[in-house]
Amino acid sequence: MKTSWRILRRNPRALIGFFILVGFLVMATIGPEVITLNLEQSFADRFLPPSGAHILGTDYVGRDVFAQIVHGSRDVLTVAALAAVITIFIGVVVGAVSGLVGGVTDTVLMMVVNVLLTVPGFPMMLIVASMFRVTDPVSYALLLSIWSWGGLARTVRSQILSLKKREFIEAARVLGLTSGHIIFKQLLPNITPYLAINFISIMRHAITSSVGIMMLGLVPFSASNWGMMLNLAVFQSGAIYTPNAIYYLLSPVVAICLFQLGGIYFTHGLDEIMNPRLRS
Amino acid sequence: MHYLRRVFVAVLTMLIVTTLTFFLVHSLPGDVFQVVAHRIAQQQSISFEEAYLQAKALIRYDPDVPMGQQFVTYVKGLLKGDLGTSILYHESVNKIVVKAVPWTVFVLSVSLSLAFAIGSLLGMAIAWKRKTILDPIVTTIASITDAMPDYVVALVLLVVFAVNLRWFPTKGAYDSGTVAGFNLPYILGVLKHAVLPVVVYTLQGLGGWALLMKGSAVSVLGEDYIQAARARGLKERRIIVSYLGRNAMLPSVTALAMCLGGLLGGSILVEVIFAYPGLGWFFGNAVSLRDYGLMQGLFFLTAAAVITANLLADLLYSRLDPRIRTEE
Repeated sequence: MKTSWRILRRNPRALIGFFILVGFLVMATIGPEVITLNLEQSFADRFLPPSGAHILGTDYVGRDVFAQIVHGSRDVLTVAALAAVITIFIGVVVGAVSGLVGGVTDTVLMMVVNVLLTVPGFPMMLIVASMFRVTDPVSYALLLSIWSWGGLARTVRSQILSLKKREFIEAARVLGLTSGHIIFKQLLPNITPYLAINFISIMRHAITSSVGIMMLGLVPFSASNWGMMLNLAVFQSGAIYTPNAIYYLLSPVVAICLFQLGGIYFTHGLDEIMNPRLRS
Repeated sequence: MHYLRRVFVAVLTMLIVTTLTFFLVHSLPGDVFQVVAHRIAQQQSISFEEAYLQAKALIRYDPDVPMGQQFVTYVKGLLKGDLGTSILYHESVNKIVVKAVPWTVFVLSVSLSLAFAIGSLLGMAIAWKRKTILDPIVTTIASITDAMPDYVVALVLLVVFAVNLRWFPTKGAYDSGTVAGFNLPYILGVLKHAVLPVVVYTLQGLGGWALLMKGSAVSVLGEDYIQAARARGLKERRIIVSYLGRNAMLPSVTALAMCLGGLLGGSILVEVIFAYPGLGWFFGNAVSLRDYGLMQGLFFLTAAAVITANLLADLLYSRLDPRIRTEE
């Protein structure tokens, strides 16, 4: 822990990423409790520029943009985190089974992974989203995960395959330890750092896709979600053609990009902490 | 043997995708038919029963016919090259594809070539020169474009350059007043409408191509034959072009072949934002207006294109790099 912090401190990009992510976490957890979301419409206040009362101005019916961003962040991050958990779960189970069992099971599972990786995922998600009513974060996260665990499963499989041949696993076998012990105490801890880095990258991709899907007007289960804000701003209210609406329009855009940048910078740093070989 | 296996895998993938799309559409909740039928009934002012029949015909799904039989008819249609019918446009999907493909292919091939050429040159330059100012600049650009989803870049460009500065049109693919054909106003209009989408795709691809090229060029530079070429006193230009360039290009060329498949799918969100009437725009419309016929047809087409492109990339790679063939 102490070394981690020291390495993080010496890597300014990773540190910036870390603080951005913590900021988003605070915004999503504490934010909605502190800042109230007033959805009452008042046309007199539409498209106001940023001011003391409205830090990011107001939207096309005079609602505070900042409050929507804050309340939306809880939604967006919850869905993304759930998607990351589900994706990692499926990816690890499939990859581990494939690598450990081998044989026909391995061939079949890798065939499935191959299909997942070749068939374009985003159109597939759109089709599924248009067919089923997605009304809660869990099913939305499931929708985002079904098509995205392929790459992870493949890497987990190859890591397991290479770990299987290492001496310490053979030693455990010779000692007569159970398969359960070998899997949970020997193999999995070795791929945890890799999974931790993946968690953030998967969240980043989940945010990109989830906001994109919502922007198209699908899955409209929460009015303050960033994707919903973009949908209303771009396709419904005509705010995009109103010069004053630039703060309203750019707020969710900046929020998405900031999170992405924070994620990228922080994972670079994590990479260095977990892989001592990368340190200079 | 190697080729045969690849072709077999591609055919198998195609089969799985076909079956999957079939079953997905067939797992439609029943009320979807009700919704479509209601819409048809309203549009054509006919009775609900008649509209329901039409809806079943359009989605090509009749709950009363056994599944196996339906699957056969469905596959037969696909084999004949019939992609189905759009519920919204009352037109065959094939006709829509013919209208939409040129726009998507035009914009994406221009931006793909630009991004590939500029990116690869930058990547080579970084690898060859090592410690220059270029490296941090390109790496930063790559991580920024990585952080910005394509639709976000599209939105920002649209707001800044089309809505506020009015340098470029906000929607469509050509000026509405012009006549399609080989005349200057039309061509100028087409070019003007294509600028922003092309910039979005080029910016998105640039960093990736540069990093890919840099990575492979750095590893090629460590090879013995580069040392040997240097020792033989060959001109720098010759080493860069014939020794470094040709070998370092390999991964990029394969990646390029793979990108060609994605080309047909287009980028749904970017085309929707610019209201650019390519395949992506039609797909976006089909999805948000629940046009299952069009959705199914376009998805099949995209999947087929991607699978074919992947196969081509695979075959191309083993032709370009004999080392792959001998390994198997």
